[in-house]
Amino acid sequence: MPRLDSNLADRQREARLVGARAVVAAVVVLVALSLVVVRLAHLQITDHEHFSVLSQDNRVKVQPVPPSRGLIYDAKGVVLADNHPSFSLEITVEKVENLSATISALAGIIRIDDKDRERFERLKGQRVRFQGVPLRLNLSPEEVARFSLDSYRFPGVDVRAELIRSYPQGELTAHVLGYVGRINEEEMDHIDASAYAGTHFIGKGGVEKAHEGLLHGQAGYQQVEVNARGRVLRTLEAKSPVAGQDLHLVLDIALQRVATEALGDNRGAVVAIDPRTGGVLALVSKPSFDPNPFVEGIGGADYHALLYSPDKPLYNRAVRGQYPPGSTVKPFVGFAGLAAGVTTAHKSTYCPGSYRLLGQSHSYRCWRRGGHGAVTLEAALVQSCDVYFYDLAHELGIERLKHYLGEFGFGGRTGIDVTGELGGLVPSKEWKEQVRKQLWYPGETLIVGIGQGAFLATPLQLAVATATLANHGHFFAPRVARAAQVPGAPRAEELPVFSRRVAAGDATQWDQVIHAMTQVVESPRGTAKGIRSRDYRIAGKTGTAQVFTLGKNQTYNAARLTEKMRDHALFVAFAPADDPRIAVAVIVENGGHGGTVAAPVARKVMDAWLGGSTLIADPGVADGD
Amino acid sequence: MAIRPISQGLHQLSDPGDSGVLTRMHIDAPLLAGLLLLCAFGLAVLFSAMDRDLGGVERQLVRLILAFGLMFAVAQVPPYQLRRWSLPLYVSGVLMLVAVLLVGDVGKGAQRWLALGSMRFQPSELLKLAVPMTVAWALADRPLPPRLPRVFAATLLILIPVVLIAKQPDLGTAILVAGAGITVLFIGGLSWRVILMVGAAAAALAPFLWYHMRDYQRQRVLAFLDPASDPLGTGYHIIQSQIAIGSGGLHGKGWLNGTQSHLEFLPERHTDFIFAVIGEEFGLTGILVLLALYLFIIYRGLRIAVQAPGTYGKLLAGGLSLVFFVYVFANAGMVTGLLPVVGVPLPLVSYGGTSMVTLMVGFGILMGIQTHRK
Repeated sequence: MPRLDSNLADRQREARLVGARAVVAAVVVLVALSLVVVRLAHLQITDHEHFSVLSQDNRVKVQPVPPSRGLIYDAKGVVLADNHPSFSLEITVEKVENLSATISALAGIIRIDDKDRERFERLKGQRVRFQGVPLRLNLSPEEVARFSLDSYRFPGVDVRAELIRSYPQGELTAHVLGYVGRINEEEMDHIDASAYAGTHFIGKGGVEKAHEGLLHGQAGYQQVEVNARGRVLRTLEAKSPVAGQDLHLVLDIALQRVATEALGDNRGAVVAIDPRTGGVLALVSKPSFDPNPFVEGIGGADYHALLYSPDKPLYNRAVRGQYPPGSTVKPFVGFAGLAAGVTTAHKSTYCPGSYRLLGQSHSYRCWRRGGHGAVTLEAALVQSCDVYFYDLAHELGIERLKHYLGEFGFGGRTGIDVTGELGGLVPSKEWKEQVRKQLWYPGETLIVGIGQGAFLATPLQLAVATATLANHGHFFAPRVARAAQVPGAPRAEELPVFSRRVAAGDATQWDQVIHAMTQVVESPRGTAKGIRSRDYRIAGKTGTAQVFTLGKNQTYNAARLTEKMRDHALFVAFAPADDPRIAVAVIVENGGHGGTVAAPVARKVMDAWLGGSTLIADPGVADGD
Repeated sequence: MAIRPISQGLHQLSDPGDSGVLTRMHIDAPLLAGLLLLCAFGLAVLFSAMDRDLGGVERQLVRLILAFGLMFAVAQVPPYQLRRWSLPLYVSGVLMLVAVLLVGDVGKGAQRWLALGSMRFQPSELLKLAVPMTVAWALADRPLPPRLPRVFAATLLILIPVVLIAKQPDLGTAILVAGAGITVLFIGGLSWRVILMVGAAAAALAPFLWYHMRDYQRQRVLAFLDPASDPLGTGYHIIQSQIAIGSGGLHGKGWLNGTQSHLEFLPERHTDFIFAVIGEEFGLTGILVLLALYLFIIYRGLRIAVQAPGTYGKLLAGGLSLVFFVYVFANAGMVTGLLPVVGVPLPLVSYGGTSMVTLMVGFGILMGIQTHRK
């Protein structure tokens, strides 16, 4: 019994003990779970807002949708810059752990050659962070399919469909249109990042760059839901991009081709302008290059070949080539003399073959050793007498000369919508003191009067000045693009035109200079008589720009000089003389005489534009410059 | 023979009106109801967490049915049988643990599995039951509370498998196994003085423990203290699960509408982190319902322990109920950021069979303790 008693007592004690411990355990359980609940309340009620935002950020990504770039059409609707869809294989370098292993694995599926690798390495160096760098371009549909099957193995590698710019006319339009290329880090700093979100290309020069704002359009976006791996699951909200505007140019591709062919194998430039509007009908710089490889990034070797070619094909001579304008500047100097009242159409100057300033021993030679005798403005222009213009320049003085030349657009940028244009240089006392830290010598004024010395002008400036003259002083800022059309809009919107009047001279004075210029072509003694046309009247002026300065007693012997030292041949003209519809400036580098080399080029361009019969007669050797 | 009426009287005292059909089938109705509700809720959440993968839910359902079957089978075993099997089970479990360390399969960087023919078996799961059974066995043949030598013996019984499991390394299971043994000691009346001393010793040994941790274990602790220090590595789990729970708010985003889980931001969302899916889709309300279910099951388990006629049954039932609570708290604490990340699934809700089978066998034992009274 005692054993039973103690057993019973033990049991009761155990029951009490376990019960007590169970109560303690229950309390512990309640406290612990309350802790969890407090923690949850903190997360789900107090910080709910905060975590809601975080979860939204997690799942919603905003993706930019790039607009399609506006197309560029010539005056007759021929497409000069087009977009074509292309699939490219892109690697987001920041998302790939082992780049070289990834690329070699990709090479097992898709052909990747050394050029692709080289371009990838180069673009990788210029990339914007977290933007894809193309490894392969122009994937075939079969290659796209093959990659898609294995794409799960390649995080950070994507096939991208994008619109790639193409230039069907290739070399013909490279200098005037420029080209688009991948946005580099430096350009990234200057553009509105949100407007360019998703855009990979930007105009790098020419019209493409000048009208970037119209051509590019507005980026759209889509809010997409993504998973943790960044895969897009669905679109929540989208705003369509606004496509860039199409540009309609004044430029006529047929005339552009004629001008290009007229230059032949020479280096040089041709600019043709419609004087009535300032519209650029043709703008040619030779040699040229194919802009298409530049769009996706040209290979290093090919680029080097272009960059270091002695002919400088990348150099846009039409707007960046600064040449001494030579005698082509004489009509403008002549007009300045008339307008300033320094001379009249009837006043003549005696040319003995050289000119000497009072009290100076140095004599300034006329190109004709024997002299032209007594010449009026017209005769001086027809025969391109230097002495007449030495005298006129001296009478005007450099300040007035610079002023009048400036009215025609010399010495400053014309404002053409081709990016990269240079302004040339009309020297002055101020310029010389500031830049060269030297005093101005009176003799320098004479040299400016015949378009030599430090005087520099671009072929474009010459064409603009000629058009202004043809227009009786109505100056139009040249422009390649005429109108821009919003996609879907019924008609294109004309682009603004900038024009002004040359505030000098009267109608007779304009006519006197123009008449003199017709005689350059029509007079038997004219320096450009070889290009006279039966169908319309041409007003022109030849010029020769010295590349190599002769010593005092040396004679110019073209045969003795290497080709690169020969003079540049220049010619400016407009036609028809009484109702000008085209103004042309031509420069043929190292071409020799303006009348024999440059003038026929201008004639071919004018023929093509005005519908004249082709030049048959061989211009022969005209004397003078 | 005089014992009989007394023990019968005790029996009736503790559980008077207990003679239904379910009881005769050795089923505890309240516990079964709680488990069924919990599992139903778990399957619904799993359907969402597995991205509407009916196949996955089906596999889980099959496992649940098998586990319930196993539970009923185990419930038929009277406690005195369990008491007899305790030590043999324990010994074979420890031997298997040693075997795992020597020849086990390596999965996820840890040796946990023992291949038995085509089946793979995790001996540590067996220990989750064998340890509390053996500790209960060790304490039950003398009146409670246990004396100190016995406590030492029991501690040794706990430590041997715990060290072996921790060496695999599987810290989560080691903690659960240790917890299973310690709770039995606690229920058995381990003196408060010892509890305090062990607690102090553990605190003193913490730096030593840190020194012995594996790199990834240390990283988990560091990430727990400052999740932002490694937002894409170890901290990612913590940050993303807190975002999921926090963005759920009071009422949640709705079933199948959790963005964190459906868009795969939440890692291990159908296994260890399923608690966060509940928090995101059902909000605080849903979590409270879940916790209420767990609380009910724990309460029922403790009640069974208190009412159990024998010492062994009391100890084992109490230990099993409390270790179930340890499961819940370890998982909820980990997911909410209260505790470091240790791989403990949310009991009976997380996808996976192994721990579920162990748990259900445990509930079978509880039911057996409750319904075998003679």
